[in-house]
Amino acid sequence: MAHAMLNTPVFAVNTPQAFYDRLLAAQPNPTTGKPDPQKMAAFLASHPETVQATKIIQSHPASSGFENSTYYGLNAFWFMDASGRSIPVRWSLAPVQPFAPANTTGPARPDKNYLFDALIAGILQQPLQWHLIITTGQANDPTNDATIPWPDAREQVDVGTLTLDHAESEDTSPCRDINFDPLVLPEGMAPSDDPLPSARSAVYSQSFTRRAGEKKLPSTVTPSEVRK
Amino acid sequence: MSVSVATEQRQFTPLMRLFHWLTAALVLTILGIGVAMVASLADYHRLVSIHRPLGILILIVVVIRFVNRHYSTLPPFPATMSPRERSVAPTSELFLYALLVVQPLVGWGMLSAASYPITLYGSIHLFPILPHNVMLYAVLRRAHTVLAYLLFLTFLAHLGAVLFHTWVMRDGTFSRMAPWKVRAQ
Repeated sequence: MAHAMLNTPVFAVNTPQAFYDRLLAAQPNPTTGKPDPQKMAAFLASHPETVQATKIIQSHPASSGFENSTYYGLNAFWFMDASGRSIPVRWSLAPVQPFAPANTTGPARPDKNYLFDALIAGILQQPLQWHLIITTGQANDPTNDATIPWPDAREQVDVGTLTLDHAESEDTSPCRDINFDPLVLPEGMAPSDDPLPSARSAVYSQSFTRRAGEKKLPSTVTPSEVRK
Repeated sequence: MSVSVATEQRQFTPLMRLFHWLTAALVLTILGIGVAMVASLADYHRLVSIHRPLGILILIVVVIRFVNRHYSTLPPFPATMSPRERSVAPTSELFLYALLVVQPLVGWGMLSAASYPITLYGSIHLFPILPHNVMLYAVLRRAHTVLAYLLFLTFLAHLGAVLFHTWVMRDGTFSRMAPWKVRAQ
């Protein structure tokens, strides 16, 4: 399966329509180059869940790099056991590398790739590791709303360790030619009633199809850039 | 009226008629799901999950139907059919059969070429029938859409011809394939 994870503990919207409406509200005005604050205010007025989620996201400090960030699955899925019983789950990847907050006060770094370069350099130095933490939901925990966190007291199970010991350029990795579909699930897992993964499935299917038919150019990141 | 005329076969066999209406229902359903699917977001996954096994079911039904048709006795053409219609009919029938077989195979092939798991239900997966090649996927994905339109247009032409014969020429063409038994007059 393929699953995108974010460094925020919740998602800002809970439906595909809200995602779309938020994009429109945030669209820059062609003359001023800035989004219309009234449009965003109107969106937030009708989406209290986004206001709540934004508070949670802003109170969650960003890490200094990719290697020491926690990544959250955000959406809920079902895990099923052999007897057919199922439980709702969410998951996250907790870094073994110690957390350090991002420097958000200093001037912007001129080098736009510094986070990626630091990650590659870090992997080349020593393998990076994350624990895959499964959070098990209970009866009243929402499975269809990625803007709402589950209570902190929910049981968490460390089910394994992800180790990154090398990076690949697009030219040498199998990533380019597969669709990054969050609903290609292994046996024992099922989608929940969260509408976002299905919407991502639909959109990624479109983008994958368009990408698939393009002429393949060499990757901008060359294989030598990611190797010792 | 002689006895031989009264007992002459006027309808397709019950099994052929069953296959016909089953195919019609399945094909119209899958075309509808296909159209809804590519335009939906929150329901996309559910619709694709129905579309895939339904396509394979149609492939199986059509193959069995084709074999059955080969071994069945067909009623004669209605007297009102012109020589040109009689010469075109077998070709258009074969064309429709070909579309019904090729379309699911293109769907199966394109999922294979994209290296998707071809899930029918739960843990039941189909094997890939083509190697992983995204350029091939792009071509087949486009072909799947074109064939779907072609299938729908062919269905409309078929429906139009039957309605023309039944309502304008009033030659009872529909009763040949009617789901119920029609007695010879």
